[in-house]
Amino acid sequence: MDLLIESVGHSYGPVEVLRDVSLDIPHGQIVCLVGPSGCGKSTLLRFLGGLEVPGSGRVLTVGEPPADSLNPLTYVFQHFALLPWRTVEGNVRLVLEDHRLGARETEEIVADVLARTRLSEFRKALPKQLSGGMKQRVAIARALAVRPAVMLLDEPLSALDSQTRELLLDDLVALWTRQPFTAVYVTHNLSEAVRLGHRIVVMSRRPGRVRAIVDVDQPLTERTLGDPVLEAHQKELWDLMRDEAMAADRELIGD
Amino acid sequence: MTELRGNPVAFRGRGFSPRPIAGVGLVVFVVLIVGTELGTRSGWISALTLPRPSAVFATFVDLWKSGLLWVHLVPSLRRILIGGSIGIGIGVSLGVAIGLFGVVRAGMVPLVAALFPIPKIALLPLFVVWFGIDETSKYALIAFGTFTPTVVATFGAVDNVDRGLIRMGQSFGLSWWSIVSKIVLPGAFPGILSGLRVSISIGIILLVAAEMIGAEFGIGSYILEAGALYDLERLFTGVTLLSILGLIVSWVIGGIERRFLDWRG
Repeated sequence: MDLLIESVGHSYGPVEVLRDVSLDIPHGQIVCLVGPSGCGKSTLLRFLGGLEVPGSGRVLTVGEPPADSLNPLTYVFQHFALLPWRTVEGNVRLVLEDHRLGARETEEIVADVLARTRLSEFRKALPKQLSGGMKQRVAIARALAVRPAVMLLDEPLSALDSQTRELLLDDLVALWTRQPFTAVYVTHNLSEAVRLGHRIVVMSRRPGRVRAIVDVDQPLTERTLGDPVLEAHQKELWDLMRDEAMAADRELIGD
Repeated sequence: MTELRGNPVAFRGRGFSPRPIAGVGLVVFVVLIVGTELGTRSGWISALTLPRPSAVFATFVDLWKSGLLWVHLVPSLRRILIGGSIGIGIGVSLGVAIGLFGVVRAGMVPLVAALFPIPKIALLPLFVVWFGIDETSKYALIAFGTFTPTVVATFGAVDNVDRGLIRMGQSFGLSWWSIVSKIVLPGAFPGILSGLRVSISIGIILLVAAEMIGAEFGIGSYILEAGALYDLERLFTGVTLLSILGLIVSWVIGGIERRFLDWRG
């Protein structure tokens, strides 16, 4: 299943956040959205998942999601959004309970996603007992549990320290390599973008437009910290964004 | 031995983090009671001002042995239980509805704000006319009194549920009912519980007021009777019963918090 954004624009009251954005998200690829703060990249992600409706333009899905997908468009949130009163296992079960899968299938899914995110031994732990990185892995496990056609990741590593971020980047690469998924990955961190993105979409400051699209051809598994090709891409992105970021930084926040 | 160079940096991060210290609460009670006992025995406190704690205790034991304790306590507990359940039940339901629906919020918040400051005791004569002098008017008074603080606490608690969690529920396609029962209600539970501490205490106050007006039995009527006769021992026995009731409520709610809210960081 592909996603298609057709000339989307949006305003919050008098503040125009997006203007005429068109983009396609092809199957099996990770598309990174980068841009200065307030450029509307998170808003765009909310349109993609149906949590908000754009003021103009359309967001389309092309083709059918896989038949076994329980929730084709699935988010991973920056602040994890785990229910603090449920255990790791309970948080994963939450999103399966409405689907009436039967005890056995539910158990199979839970065991599988916890194993894939290396959380099996923390099944019964409460979120308050987990580090930030572990919490985000629970959130990723929960997202995998519903077998999404497209994962929508909203700055998933931004609340984590840089070491944890590296570890989780490796985890995401490993997950993708084992079973490629389609993803839209919003971030303001360029090194994350060049490590994970098959395609990187640079957005301008408010009102957000597509400023440039950079394709990174290197396979995900071959991208490592400090790779000169990636460094070059990162510099290219930063050159594109630098002035915009400076100007955005000096703007008063409208709302 | 090396010479000490410089001065240690003075510690100034003290205080502002109260820790629970076991037994201090008990010590406060014991000191007050022993102090009163000594004061009344030595004549420093006149017998007209305060009764001797030991005499109050003796009266309590008499009340127990004569079986009158239960004659007064059981109707009181029944009233607080039935009246309180009605008030808290309706209060929580309406509070959740206010938290979830714009129309209910717009319509009910001003009404609740208008009802809250009314001293419910002042309405007792009216309730007697509406519901009769017997139990129903007492249930109604207690229900009404516990209702308003419960509503306010509940919708505040629902408002404070992390919107991010609700968004998450929606993004995973959870049904409306799943979101309410698995996200909104558990998230609001701590706030609702702390509201209950207030509501139940108000319920106990109203219980006594209601029993002072039209009841043969009950802690309130027992206290009223003792007061009319200026029987300080019995008056204080009744008051002590109420305090114990308050302590039990606080202890039970504390227990529920420890049991069900250990997920809080």
